[in-house]
Amino acid sequence: MEPLLSVRDLRTHFHTDAGVVKAVDGVSFDVLPGEVFGVVGESGSGKSVTTMTIMGLLPQPPAKVESGEILWKGRNLLKLHDEELRKIRGGEIAMIFQDPMTSLNPVFTIGQQVGEMIRLHADASKTDARERAIEMLKLVGIPRPERRVDEYPHEFSGGMRQRAMIAMAISCNPDLLIADEPSTALDVTIQAQVLDVLERIQEETNTAILLITHDLGVVAGMADRVMVMYAGGQVEMADIDTIFYNPHHPYTLGLLASLPRLDEREALRLHPIRGQPPSLIHVPPGCAFHPRCEFARLPEPCQTEVPEFREINGGEHRAACHFAEEAAQLTPDDFRRMAEKA
Amino acid sequence: MSTTATDQQTAAGAGAGAAIHAELPPSARGDVWRRFRRNRGALVGLCIIGVAVLAAIFAPLITFYDPAQINPAISRQGPSLQHWFGVDLLGRDLYTRVVYGARVSLRVGFFATAIAVGIGLAVGAVSGYYQGWIETVTMRTTDIFLAFPYLLFAITIIVIVGRGELTVVLVLGLLGWMTIARLFRSSILSVKQTEYVEAARAVGCSDLRIIGRHILPNVIQPVIVYATLFIGGAILAEAALSFLNVGIAEPTPSWGLMVAQGRSFLFTSPHMLFAPGLALFLVVLSFVFMGDGLRDALDPRLR
Amino acid sequence: MGGYILRRLLHVIPVVWGAVTILFLLFFIVPGDPVQLMAGDRAVTPEVRANIEARFGLDKPWYVQYGDYLKRLATGDLGVSFRNNRSVNTILGEAAPASLRLAIWAIIIEVIVGISTGLVSAVKRYSFTDVLTTVSTAMLAAIPVFVLGAALQYFLGVYTFQHGFPDWARFPVQGIGPDTWTFFFIPTGSQWRYLVLPAFTLAAVSTAVVARMMRTTMLEVVRADYMRTAASKGLNRRQVVLKHGLKNAMIPVVTLIGLDLATLIGNALITETVYNWPGLGTRLLGAIVSRDAPIVLGITAILVLTYVLMNLLVDLSYSFFDPRIRYGKEATA
Repeated sequence: MEPLLSVRDLRTHFHTDAGVVKAVDGVSFDVLPGEVFGVVGESGSGKSVTTMTIMGLLPQPPAKVESGEILWKGRNLLKLHDEELRKIRGGEIAMIFQDPMTSLNPVFTIGQQVGEMIRLHADASKTDARERAIEMLKLVGIPRPERRVDEYPHEFSGGMRQRAMIAMAISCNPDLLIADEPSTALDVTIQAQVLDVLERIQEETNTAILLITHDLGVVAGMADRVMVMYAGGQVEMADIDTIFYNPHHPYTLGLLASLPRLDEREALRLHPIRGQPPSLIHVPPGCAFHPRCEFARLPEPCQTEVPEFREINGGEHRAACHFAEEAAQLTPDDFRRMAEKA
Repeated sequence: MSTTATDQQTAAGAGAGAAIHAELPPSARGDVWRRFRRNRGALVGLCIIGVAVLAAIFAPLITFYDPAQINPAISRQGPSLQHWFGVDLLGRDLYTRVVYGARVSLRVGFFATAIAVGIGLAVGAVSGYYQGWIETVTMRTTDIFLAFPYLLFAITIIVIVGRGELTVVLVLGLLGWMTIARLFRSSILSVKQTEYVEAARAVGCSDLRIIGRHILPNVIQPVIVYATLFIGGAILAEAALSFLNVGIAEPTPSWGLMVAQGRSFLFTSPHMLFAPGLALFLVVLSFVFMGDGLRDALDPRLR
Repeated sequence: MGGYILRRLLHVIPVVWGAVTILFLLFFIVPGDPVQLMAGDRAVTPEVRANIEARFGLDKPWYVQYGDYLKRLATGDLGVSFRNNRSVNTILGEAAPASLRLAIWAIIIEVIVGISTGLVSAVKRYSFTDVLTTVSTAMLAAIPVFVLGAALQYFLGVYTFQHGFPDWARFPVQGIGPDTWTFFFIPTGSQWRYLVLPAFTLAAVSTAVVARMMRTTMLEVVRADYMRTAASKGLNRRQVVLKHGLKNAMIPVVTLIGLDLATLIGNALITETVYNWPGLGTRLLGAIVSRDAPIVLGITAILVLTYVLMNLLVDLSYSFFDPRIRYGKEATA
């Protein structure tokens, strides 16, 4: 299958007074039509900057795409004129953001904002756009959409607002929906509802979803394939089962180990990954994760050689670790037992 | 009056001030100075004010004539070596009068502001801290006073009560406290609910102590900025009142009065109004720049 | 929405009452001797005193005076001038149009020029336009109105005249000119030449203040999340800024315009004096000099009530800009 989106060796740097922030430094991945591709990482790992680069929403100073390609249906988005990009934005690739209260304009009604999207890409009249907006609101499960369509964002609850954002994003049948931490700003129960809506939409319309989150639980429910990012680079990429049951990178292991679980057998403490994410201006030499890694062999090779994002067992599984095979021997529980003793 | 709107505005400023100081440790005061220094306009403003203050203090030392000394023979002559800014209608040296005028303007500016800030802080504190009917009464009173356009109100009162520097200072101060009260009240409202205030109350601090030691230092930022701008405004207002002949009277050298006198001879002796006019402009502008600089220095969010 | 309007109206009534009461106190109670106040420096003979007291009801107890005063105000009777016995209402009617025309033009300039320059300045931050705007608005906000007026009079009226500049560069420096208008405020013929300098002088400070506020607000709005969302929908820069940003930025700016009306009224007094524009301001100051209390009281009362009314209108206009207010919630900071 031809990939919808193909990111090749993307590097996005920010030139600031304090130095060059290497927010995304060599990331490559594909998104296939209809699949849910999860991107997982801590704050500052570069996940949001990647998506903003895809959409072309970064202010070009201070941001600069140093190298790489973003191929959308074969065309390189980085080389397109603004006018062509704008057609794709919203029409073919749509995005929903983290905080629905601030992401929706408080002075326009929901109907006006959804309708604007429709009129922009589908050349519809005001009445037609409004009708379609009501349809979309119904699709995402907002009750009484004929009334709600004329209400303002502040009259909606958090979960409803996020649904409205989803409605707005899918209103023009995009091929790809980028969801940047869609549930993070919501209560846990509402989170589940919103994710359900996303899942349902995905099943019904077969839209591909690029799902950004720091929460492994979110990906577990929805994603087909997952990419784990750290400090601007990618550390592991595989299908969902492999990531959870056969991780090959210490960071992935660490993430899994720090999850509290309902089916605990032993009474093990929660074991967060020690240390802090690194500065993106002064990225640690060699493997960026080595200062926090339980398996790091210092100084060689972890501190000196940048590990290649290599194939594991042939096929689609890749990891960027010199000792991936060793790391794969451990389970998250082993990991935590190690930490208990330490 | 526009309680909602002004509250919104002042709360935004005040909230920012409160939020900032809640994060700044005391040693960061040097930090504020550093940021202030980076704003060149503000620095220039500070220098000009400094020069004006020094000129006012050392006026007798840097001038060569008596400001009241008349010399009808050379009435309205333009700038010359003996009279750098020329002379006015009565032959008085304009350079001297402008320098002494700095005294008048700065005096009025600072004292009127002191009065306005004093009353404003008190009223704002009381209404913000106590709420309930006290708050309603004070806010209504503030609204009523705010129904009067500033200059108009000042003119009306001075007309009834009489002219003179003291009257001007009192009137400008007594009519200027309202916005500060509003500003301060908003700040207090946003800070009152914070935990450190609750803690202080739990420990048993008296209300006055809570206001003075815990709330005040954290909400003073927007007041400082406004007060700086108010000084400039008071100087302007005094000049306007004197210009309209309801402010400071002869023979005191008020810049506003001098501009009024110069205006009568616009065609023949324009120099008479340029020196005091320029002085007014520079001094007020300096306060505006300083106020802006302070605002930016105290609130990094706006940069 | 109706609830909001009603609440605002109810709020205005005690303020108006308070304001007129303060005026009453100032004019009738505070002066120890209102009769002497009116006479000024002239001596007052007992007959004159009795005459004045009877005419203006000054011999009655204060609460009766207060009642009379409120009654007269309510019926729009502002009394009679001391100097020439003409009704204050008539005098106001003569002077008001000139002031209104000047004020209307100043507000038009303030709103159009102020908002657009602030907008452009914010959108093209750090550009030459921005720097120029920032510096000039700071200066205009600081320059005293009468200094600006005098300077304009000198450079565009006196200097150009004395040095033989062409006709179009020479502006009249005094007076209202032919006083010819259509649609009440559009100048006809050479009227506009007399209007230009006073209107710009009056508008200058307010325009600068509005431009600065607009710039500040717009800079904040541009960083808001919903602007990012708008861009992600595929809107071009102009649409994002003008459609999504402007309406939000207007909210505090409208507040400012309302509050600035007070300054505008004060500056109008000054501007009318500088240019000898025959409006309420000139009459007021003339009445002050001649100690004509009914005129002073009348004009002051009218100006105060106008200010209250304008602010009420501004408050009501919020509901257009900020839908959060329309439904009963006060604007959040």
